[in-house]
Amino acid sequence: MDNVKPRVKVPSSASAGEVVTLKTLISHPMESGLRKDGDGNVIPRQIINRFTCEFNGETVIDVELHASVSTNPYFEFSATVDASGEFKFTWYDDDGDVYEDVKAIEVA
Amino acid sequence: MKFTRRETLVIAGAAGAATVMPMSLFADEAMVTEAIAAFTEGADVAEGGVELTTPEIAENGNTVPVEVMAEGATAIMLLAEGNPTPNVAVFNFGAKAGAAAASTRIRLAGTQNVTAIAKLADGSFAKASKEVKVTIGGCGG
Repeated sequence: MDNVKPRVKVPSSASAGEVVTLKTLISHPMESGLRKDGDGNVIPRQIINRFTCEFNGETVIDVELHASVSTNPYFEFSATVDASGEFKFTWYDDDGDVYEDVKAIEVA
Repeated sequence: MKFTRRETLVIAGAAGAATVMPMSLFADEAMVTEAIAAFTEGADVAEGGVELTTPEIAENGNTVPVEVMAEGATAIMLLAEGNPTPNVAVFNFGAKAGAAAASTRIRLAGTQNVTAIAKLADGSFAKASKEVKVTIGGCGG
């Protein structure tokens, strides 16, 4: 799907062992498959069905999404950081597309 | 008052029909029970131990902020009992999770109960439910 833009908010630095809050938002219609267009035809379902966040290859959160998640899915959660590294965020679309974003964090 | 055998049968039949009637668009209890069973694999679910934060009144059912937290949970399932399909999301917490907590925004078709079920580290389950009053439903039409 085109025009899908992920946005994530990660602090740029933290101290070792600190719990940091991560916020993610991705522009996506999350078409539920229940709505009808002007002619009464059902608009086919197209949602993001999975979202994952990893820190240096280890899982932070792995979310299974259904049609009841709002348009432009938003998630806020926390992670424990023990060393400098990268957060990798991945969204999986019903149509097979995968959207990714990577953010680095400096741990003192 | 006494009922004859025939009258009793008629009454029982009518009651049966009444329970079968309301269906279709909105999830019934069977779907909710099924969704819970798929997550817990039939295990007992205790009340409490889960913190579910929802607004008491949501003006717009299209985007209702929800927050779940359960200390020591490995996964939390979120259900909207009155939506066409009750499943909303399942949060699985990994080794690097800071806490077994997450916030998101969900759709609610109308006033209903939102339920969170947490799978705790020892394999037991806990739940919490909150009623959310919805002014404008959020499932299209």
